[in-house]
Amino acid sequence: MATTARRTPDDLVRTPAALAALVPRLRRICGEDGVLTDLSQRRTYESDGLTRHRSTPGVVAMPTTTAQVRDVISLCAEHGVPYVPRGAGTGLSAGALPHAEGVLLVTSRMRRILEIDPENECAVVEPGVANLDITRAAEPYGYHYAPDPSSQQVCSVGGNVAENSGGAHCLKYGFTAGHVRGLEIVTPSGEVVELGGKAPGAHGYDLLGAFVGSEGTLGVATRVTVSLTRSPQRTVTLLSAFTSLDAGGEAVGAIIAAGVLPSAVEMMDALAVEAAEAAVACDYPAGAEAVLVVELDGPAAEVDAQVRRVTELCAASGSFGTRTASGAEERALIWKGRKSAFAAVGRISPAYIVQDGVVPRTALAEMLGRIASLSAESGIRVANVFHAGDGNLHPLVLFDDAEPGAAERAEEVSGAILDLCIEHGGSITGEHGVGVDKACKMPRMYDDTSLETFDLFRRAFDPEGIANPDKLLPTPRLCGERPEVRTGVHPLVASGDAEQF
Amino acid sequence: MTDRPTDPEPGPERPFGDLLDDCVHCGFCLPTCPTNVLWGQEMDSPRGRIHLMAQMHEEDVLTETAVGHFDNCLGCLACVSSCPSGVAYDALIEHTRHRVETEHRRPLGERALRATVFSLFPYRSRLRALRGPLRAYQASGASSLVRRSGLLERISPALAAMERVAPRLSAPPPPLPELVPAVGERRARVGLLVGCVQGAFFPEVNTATARVLALEGCEVVVPRSQGCCGALSGHSGRIAEAADLAKRMIEVFETRRVERIVVNSAGCGSGMKHFDRTLAEAGAGRAWTNRARALSAKVVDLTEYLVDLGPRAARHPVPLRVAYHDACHLSHGQGVTRQPRELLRRIPGLELAELPDREVCCGSAGVYNLFRPEAAEELGESKARGAASTGARLLVSGNPGCSLQIASAMERAGSPVAVTHTAQLLDASLRGLGPDPLLGRGGGSGARRL
Ligand SMILES: Cc1cc2nc3c(=O)[nH]c(=O)nc-3n(C[C@H](O)[C@H](O)[C@H](O)COP(=O)(O)OP(=O)(O)OC[C@H]3O[C@@H](n4cnc5c(N)ncnc54)[C@H](O)[C@@H]3O)c2cc1C
Ligand code: SF4
Ligand code: SF4
Repeated sequence: MATTARRTPDDLVRTPAALAALVPRLRRICGEDGVLTDLSQRRTYESDGLTRHRSTPGVVAMPTTTAQVRDVISLCAEHGVPYVPRGAGTGLSAGALPHAEGVLLVTSRMRRILEIDPENECAVVEPGVANLDITRAAEPYGYHYAPDPSSQQVCSVGGNVAENSGGAHCLKYGFTAGHVRGLEIVTPSGEVVELGGKAPGAHGYDLLGAFVGSEGTLGVATRVTVSLTRSPQRTVTLLSAFTSLDAGGEAVGAIIAAGVLPSAVEMMDALAVEAAEAAVACDYPAGAEAVLVVELDGPAAEVDAQVRRVTELCAASGSFGTRTASGAEERALIWKGRKSAFAAVGRISPAYIVQDGVVPRTALAEMLGRIASLSAESGIRVANVFHAGDGNLHPLVLFDDAEPGAAERAEEVSGAILDLCIEHGGSITGEHGVGVDKACKMPRMYDDTSLETFDLFRRAFDPEGIANPDKLLPTPRLCGERPEVRTGVHPLVASGDAEQF
Repeated sequence: MTDRPTDPEPGPERPFGDLLDDCVHCGFCLPTCPTNVLWGQEMDSPRGRIHLMAQMHEEDVLTETAVGHFDNCLGCLACVSSCPSGVAYDALIEHTRHRVETEHRRPLGERALRATVFSLFPYRSRLRALRGPLRAYQASGASSLVRRSGLLERISPALAAMERVAPRLSAPPPPLPELVPAVGERRARVGLLVGCVQGAFFPEVNTATARVLALEGCEVVVPRSQGCCGALSGHSGRIAEAADLAKRMIEVFETRRVERIVVNSAGCGSGMKHFDRTLAEAGAGRAWTNRARALSAKVVDLTEYLVDLGPRAARHPVPLRVAYHDACHLSHGQGVTRQPRELLRRIPGLELAELPDREVCCGSAGVYNLFRPEAAEELGESKARGAASTGARLLVSGNPGCSLQIASAMERAGSPVAVTHTAQLLDASLRGLGPDPLLGRGGGSGARRL
């Protein structure tokens, strides 16, 4: 479904004249090979992980240092040219959707690990470093980087900061926000600013906190200081099989109520298990309607006791089999199954939408029931993968994009699921962010005054509105029309006489 | 037989556009793609190349830029292993390269280099004929002189690469007989692929393979009339040539009544397991693709076969710390990673070390090091650093090209290591030769020291 280059001739945009004039200066900043103007090259950047939204960037810049980022942004600020930061392009809310008249600022060449500091339990890295590479570098010292999005092998730390990404183990260890101690950022006016540092906890306004989750609208993170977490003495992963989602949900409630704090509690339904199994042969129990992955870590004796307790609780909730894995390889295979689930769904459905919503954990069972009836009514299949421990749902809405109208019906179901989340007192995103995709849904969560306040805050950093415009907060322009249409008809798109690269 | 999960459907029946659509743009394939590791830009990642292929397919254009990025691809297939969505990048790149070869006119210099390479590689006799001059060249001492002066690098990085990976030559072992009888009670009758590069440059690997198979109770059939399997041509988009070679190979083995065809060269094995796809891509009819499929089903890598068969011969100690390198066309191309390690672990006294970043290609990649020498060299160097960090004295892999690539990089970095093929290490253990011949000490068969 996803990799489609199909587009109308109008969309085959040339670099707009105003931007083209900046190219020689961009080349001076980033070097000859650090700037892309060739159309076919630029087009490979047209979307992030959410391919429904596409737009060819006006020009792509690939800086390698903070100074280069600063110079690129200063240049943009000077000329009022918009820019969009991009890390690894795995975002699922079109946060890194390029701007047709702007610069796409890619951090994929800023991937040095600058320092592993076990004494201070932290690491200093460039923004393009992959999340998992921090853990790899810290492992020899007995540490790891705790936030673990399923995309951890590829997604960048800069992207994680921008999205406040979470992962399976955030139940116990918290989201990215809890692990970022310091940032060096380049503001939308081109200033290099330090927020926080190695020492945790600064006084005054929590600008660090505000930057985490700001989706590239307040600046570009050019250096990130993250906390490292001591790796536990023992880690055991349990895989428990249930004949219904309800029973699985009940087990989750029972585990939390018993005062056990697992590092992760993940649930997958039969469809998601089928996909994962096809993808990575992860050896999940056959015939289960729901599979629960529970991980326990800590001091060995404590973990052993908890494993027994959780096994009992699962059995009491109707599990027909619980398997434990403590060897690294077996545990890795279980996690591979879980972490491959999104992309693996490509094996059982030609197209799908990954939704991301949150409900209070106590509403999980009811929510799942409602999703099931939505699916039954619409005839659209929905696979469920979720961080059960903190009520973060990832319904995967499956459809066949070759079937007329199927995409629209899938969109409807997907939207209805978000409505249900709000109805149950939850939120429209747990960890994938707002981006372009959900910007127009923000008014469902926030009243006008709150949105205006957000906007004022954003303008304080970005008075010109050049930092990742049309993301995060709703704008009339964005919420009136579909983004892919907009790219082709904007008045600033150069006509035939503009220089073509 | 492999640890590889199921593919959605076998390749040839699904149109190119469908195969492209399997990509969900998740990016999971980026970290193990060697060119992404080198350059960190989308068009040189699998996800970006698939996008370029979609542009080519849907708009029916093939730009110079796109061809450059397709050529940059090593064809290592790490992206096939890492893709949760089951994208058949191997089929995608094969078709793309075929289009490039038929539709795109390359600059003169490139064309000439390609013509030379492809006039040599598929022909064992021509490769063998090269050995004389190479041997004279090495014996004269010119080799190390030329190497040190860096002269070749300046004239042509491609020729320099060819010189670097050209193996040192020693007197070749006598050619294998057409039939090697089983030692003891016969357990199976198998065919052995000799291979063009393997046969011409590394005949001792074939000898070791035949001996190990025989010691494990196999009667080994080695048809003299076999040629090149065509994998190199197929992986480079020269489909017509690949199909012709494949047909000849099918004819040769069809009549030999062998249960399996054992292959000890990763690139050949991965090509032969897809003979049907190659013939379909070349437009051969149903009858041929069916014959190809039947043959492909018999193809196994040596290590895969030995693990399946189970050990019978006694293993003697080889007390040595050894690093195993996954040849891409074995691990990614055929999903064989567990079996060679299992075989090595069963050798008493042998200590097995893992290379860091084991999924990332060493840069050898068939003929890639001839066409993109700088990239190949950089990848070789990074692999060499990894290999040196293991402290292993011997580097083993299922593909001689890889071993040579890494070993020559290690030599340049001042940490030389001995290299050998899995078959030779097993042979040494089964025959009780100990580690010396493998380390290039005390003559005999075995590895070369670079
Ligand atoms: C298969 C799959 C599974 C996923 N699983 C999870 C999961 O479990 N949990 C989770 O939270 N997310 C998950 N995601 C979403 C995604 O991986 C995360 O949002 C990730 O943090 C994005 O990182 P990135 O480097 O790809 O950023 P991009 O997609 O390139 O960018 C994301 C946003 O960050 C901004 N940005 C990027 N770099 C910087 C910078 N240096 N400074 C300022 N802004 C910047 C961009 O402008 C954009 O708004 C998943 C995605 C996929 C495809
Ligand atoms: S085959 Fe290797 S080099 Fe080519 S795209 Fe895949 S991983 Fe990259
Ligand atoms: S891992 Fe597979 S689906 Fe994901 S981007 Fe790469 S090829 Fe596409």
